[in-house]
Amino acid sequence: MSRELSPGHFGEFGGRYVPEALVGALDELEAAHNAAQLDPVFQAELAHLHKTYTGRPSIITEVPRFAEHAGGARIILKREDLNHTGSHKINNVLGQALLTKRLGKKRVIAETGAGQHGVASATAAALMGLDCVVYMGEEDTRRQSLNVARMKLLGAEVVPVTTGSKTLKDAINEAMRDWVTNVETTNYLFGTVAGPHPFPTMVRDFQKIIGIEARSQVLELTGRLPDAVLACVGGGSNAIGIFHEFIPDADVRLIGLEAGGDGVDTPRHASSITGGSPGVLHGARSYLLQDENGQTIESHSISAGLDYPGVGPEHAYLHDLGRAEYRPITDAQAMHAFALLCKTEGIIPAIETAHALAGALQVGNELGPDAIILINLSGRGDKDVQTAAAYFGIEI
Amino acid sequence: MTSLDELFVKTRAENRAALIAYIPAGYPTHEGCKRVIETFAKSGVDAIEIGFPYSDPVMDGPTIQAAAEQSLAAGTGAREVFESLKHATELGIPSVVMTYWNPIEKYGVDRFAHDIAANGGSGVITPDLTIDEADRWIESTHSNDINSIFVIAPSTVGERLEKVTSHCSGFVYAASIMGVTGARGGLSTGASDLVARTRAVTPTPIAVGLGVSTREQAKEIAGFADGVIVGSAFINALRDAPDLETGLEHVAQLVKELALGVREGR
Repeated sequence: MSRELSPGHFGEFGGRYVPEALVGALDELEAAHNAAQLDPVFQAELAHLHKTYTGRPSIITEVPRFAEHAGGARIILKREDLNHTGSHKINNVLGQALLTKRLGKKRVIAETGAGQHGVASATAAALMGLDCVVYMGEEDTRRQSLNVARMKLLGAEVVPVTTGSKTLKDAINEAMRDWVTNVETTNYLFGTVAGPHPFPTMVRDFQKIIGIEARSQVLELTGRLPDAVLACVGGGSNAIGIFHEFIPDADVRLIGLEAGGDGVDTPRHASSITGGSPGVLHGARSYLLQDENGQTIESHSISAGLDYPGVGPEHAYLHDLGRAEYRPITDAQAMHAFALLCKTEGIIPAIETAHALAGALQVGNELGPDAIILINLSGRGDKDVQTAAAYFGIEI
Repeated sequence: MTSLDELFVKTRAENRAALIAYIPAGYPTHEGCKRVIETFAKSGVDAIEIGFPYSDPVMDGPTIQAAAEQSLAAGTGAREVFESLKHATELGIPSVVMTYWNPIEKYGVDRFAHDIAANGGSGVITPDLTIDEADRWIESTHSNDINSIFVIAPSTVGERLEKVTSHCSGFVYAASIMGVTGARGGLSTGASDLVARTRAVTPTPIAVGLGVSTREQAKEIAGFADGVIVGSAFINALRDAPDLETGLEHVAQLVKELALGVREGR
């Protein structure tokens, strides 16, 4: 048990596997975060930003017409898509950007896949007067050109990464190299609950507000706790954000939906827990997609934000404990749910989020009409219109 | 005592620094790598680091990244790493493997340490294994009588410097700068400060790497360190040559220059 209690570890997972040059900066960040968590001034500053800038608390929306396709269970969406910048990512970057100011650093770097974290980072940097460089795989800059333009409008420099698979994984490598080199002046705004300690803990602490709000909102609306809480999982920040407050509620099932791509039984997927094995990637021990030599295998998903061969260590731990379940959702299943929510409820979700909606179609039918299902609607789909139009054969 | 330990006894007696050369396994090809190792041995390299090419090398600059990518595309894995290691040690050169942690974990921690020893290797450099996560690995290196070589950086200070170096054997790998691998023009003053601070806490030999590519730099480092580590410069020489034979000639020339450098620093 001592291993579980040691800081930065989740059972056998987590920790710090990084160049020694980063250890000092990680220690400094951990200390600043721990102090900020206990500092009422910091917490008030963040709460004020959330109220007046992010638009928190985000609302919940019950979706009965969508639920008709899910066995008639009550389905409730936590609307993180309505946050400023269009996803849950802003919750984390505002917290980290405030910490950056406390550290006295003037430059931030970030990695991004779909561009949502990059846009959120560029936004926070603009708001707080910080220089911002975003690393983005060249492949993703093409898939998500709208978000590249948004980041540039916000004053950030976007660096296309041309090494490896030219996606999120390689953007993280390049951001780490920048950080090793410029650590004295620069803070790394990490986008998800992966990476070396303290990132998995710190990002969770900034995202857990989703579950805190949603738990009391669902109680108020329905008079009881939900039977299941669902979220899509790439690195896993929106999922941890909504799961965390429910972990002590043993009767509430926590279900993470991974990107199944063409199927977990094919080589083209991004299901690190369902289709991977334990190992080390990007500074932490967790589940990942790897070959027999420990080389990371390239992932595939129609959703750039889930197209990542690793997953946060706390998810690995919750999986091994049996406290959370993880299932793969294929590209086709996700796109079906995407279209269904558009047409039944007038909400265009992010394709990432559509994986959670597809999961609800399964889980609703399993649990039956008396069930209440809470879904984290982690992002809106404006950025995905081109991809969706191409998928459904709509001419733009 | 490993052959790497013996090397530093010898170079200290000769009042000079050791020249340590890095090449990734499978670069430029599996057979080409063996030729590079032979060239190292003939031209005056004192110790060899065989790199285990890895898909996500966050400690490496563009030169070694590209070399690793090329080597991985050709199918290099643990087998080729150990074959290259064996080739180097059979030529009588003290040799180690440099690898990121995940390939070790995937191969099996004890099995990896065992196979290093079985192929005549002296130890392993682990650039992304922090001392905080290293208990199991240190145990395995002890039970297989090989050196565990950790990296320290200019930012490593105080108790942490003592802790990391107390678990280093063979040598302490001192990163000359805050940054990634790759040939650079100048040398920062950080390296000599770091070595001086490290001397105060450990008797273990200290080798300096990152950004070293010329005789002048080797000479300067040899003035205060026990070893000079060069990597990217050899890859640049091989990559920029029209063919392997010319590349090997350039490598040999560079080794001879550097070998002079490590002898004229004191």
